Amino acid sequence: MSVALTPARPATRAAKGLVLTVCCLVVILPFLAVVSTSLADESQVAAAGGYVLWPERPSFYAYEAIFDGGVVTRALLVSVGVTVVGASLSLACTALLAYGLSRPGSFGSRPILMVVLFSVLFSPGIIPMYLTVKELGLLDSYWALILSALINGFNVIVMRAFFLELPQELLDAAKIDGASELTILVRIVLPLSKAVVAVIGLFYAVAYWNNFFSALLYITDNSKYPLSLILRTYVVDNATIGTGDATQVPPQQSLQMAMLVVSILPILLVYPFLQKHFAKGIMIGAVKG
Amino acid sequence: MAVLSRPRGVVETLPTRPAPRRVGRGRRLRRDWLLLVCAVPGLVWLLVFHYAPLLGNVIAFKDYQPYVGIADAPWVGFDNFSIIVNGDPAFLNALVNTLVISLLQLLFVFPIPIALALLLNSLVSERMKRTVQSILYLPHFLSWVIIVAIFQHMLGNTGLLNGFLTEHDLGSVSIIGNPELFKELVVAQVVWKDTGWGMILFLAAMSRIDPELYEAAAVDGASRLRQVWHVTLPGIKSVVALLLILRLGDVLSVGFEQILLQQNAVGPTASEVLDTYVFNNAVGAGSWGASAAAGLVKGVVGVALVLGANKVAHLFGERGVYQR
Repeated sequence: MSVALTPARPATRAAKGLVLTVCCLVVILPFLAVVSTSLADESQVAAAGGYVLWPERPSFYAYEAIFDGGVVTRALLVSVGVTVVGASLSLACTALLAYGLSRPGSFGSRPILMVVLFSVLFSPGIIPMYLTVKELGLLDSYWALILSALINGFNVIVMRAFFLELPQELLDAAKIDGASELTILVRIVLPLSKAVVAVIGLFYAVAYWNNFFSALLYITDNSKYPLSLILRTYVVDNATIGTGDATQVPPQQSLQMAMLVVSILPILLVYPFLQKHFAKGIMIGAVKG
Repeated sequence: MAVLSRPRGVVETLPTRPAPRRVGRGRRLRRDWLLLVCAVPGLVWLLVFHYAPLLGNVIAFKDYQPYVGIADAPWVGFDNFSIIVNGDPAFLNALVNTLVISLLQLLFVFPIPIALALLLNSLVSERMKRTVQSILYLPHFLSWVIIVAIFQHMLGNTGLLNGFLTEHDLGSVSIIGNPELFKELVVAQVVWKDTGWGMILFLAAMSRIDPELYEAAAVDGASRLRQVWHVTLPGIKSVVALLLILRLGDVLSVGFEQILLQQNAVGPTASEVLDTYVFNNAVGAGSWGASAAAGLVKGVVGVALVLGANKVAHLFGERGVYQR
């Protein structure tokens, strides 16, 4: 947008540039320090503590140590499993529900839509949620991590709004050709909605990957801990981690930062894709909600 | 296929909702049953994991013990609410901490994204805008465990900041684990995590402002600052009002996970907020009923605040969250 009818003065522009640069550095520097510390060797960490902005003799000892089959490796597998299974199930249920509600005037769609809308407005609260999971016998089960957060009503609303925008003639034509509702969903609706399906799937995946609180609440057996609880124990609460039979013991701080890098990396990988679409998703929800 | 066994009526092809009277219930059910089947898994989940727990709030009025079960627990009326009415000191402490943190958030977490969005919006270069946005959005997608760990690594006693200060003989500062700075730390973490995210809606609102308004203002001799004051700010006013109302609804819920993660280091006096109080009191201390009561009051107050703020917004001629 060209607002600049009168060009800004150089001093103003310099000040703006400075403020924005500082803001960006405040976000970037911590990441740089985390990665550098994870790669730094013992002498450097011993000398500088956490003040490592560039590893002088980079080594992967810390990564070798956390991937050699100990608690971190297991937690990583748990997190990957819960994320993959959870996001797939969430996406399937969300898409089905959104599709079931995407034909205005169909039998029962208005009350069900109300049920979805109200679920966005009122959350049940920690205690009753815990008791429900407990009464269902899901404590200490991976299913608790998935089932306690299976559907986000907001995502259903966004996806339904997207389905409603699809050209209805296409669906009618398919119906005349003898396609069932399920065929229409799988063959026409989903392929036309790839972008929204992918973004909502990724949002679910990020939520499962980041999930800390349900794990804290429902998982007490520490052999079932996902990565987030391992991070809390060994990084936030600073418990000493055993490195098994590793002959070369990496410095504690490097180990901790390596764990952080491992948990940040998947998010970084999907981030460009997320970023391309989330603003649009928010707008759909805001306009159509 | 039930759908294909009869000719399609005119009513069904109308773009708007057909009047339910014209097509009978039975026929609509026969026509739409597969759509209903699609909705079933999600609907069942919502009932079991959302609405059933919502009903589970009745334990606020019961003497619940885990081994008895919700249904068999005896009713106790409003006994569980006595901690709130009589002002249990731990509860009051949590309430005060919550309000202080909320106020700090209102002063910093809310306006900073607006200021930054204004700054970003005044940039001419689209590429620069996009780059800055990409960088600032990122922390939003990280979990609190990661954010807290990063902050410890930055500001902790052996962290980046203190490493830097020590190397240049500037002494050291104690931030992490210091009860006196805990609330400021919590707010700083929220600013770091969500400033970028908070800008999105403001930037979107700014991009919808008609450029002709700026041109007209410039022709009238308005400086860039005056253009911001007379064009941009009025243009985003309703979004600001909307988000402020929603924020008010959350006045009693501040950073649950975030604070729970950092409580051990600073102790409950400085760090207990309502959400952590409810959690610690129930799962930790086993007083389920009282915790549920506190949680319930919190929820009701939140809804009341949103409704009240919405009313005030209407009085000022704003649309608010919903319209009458």
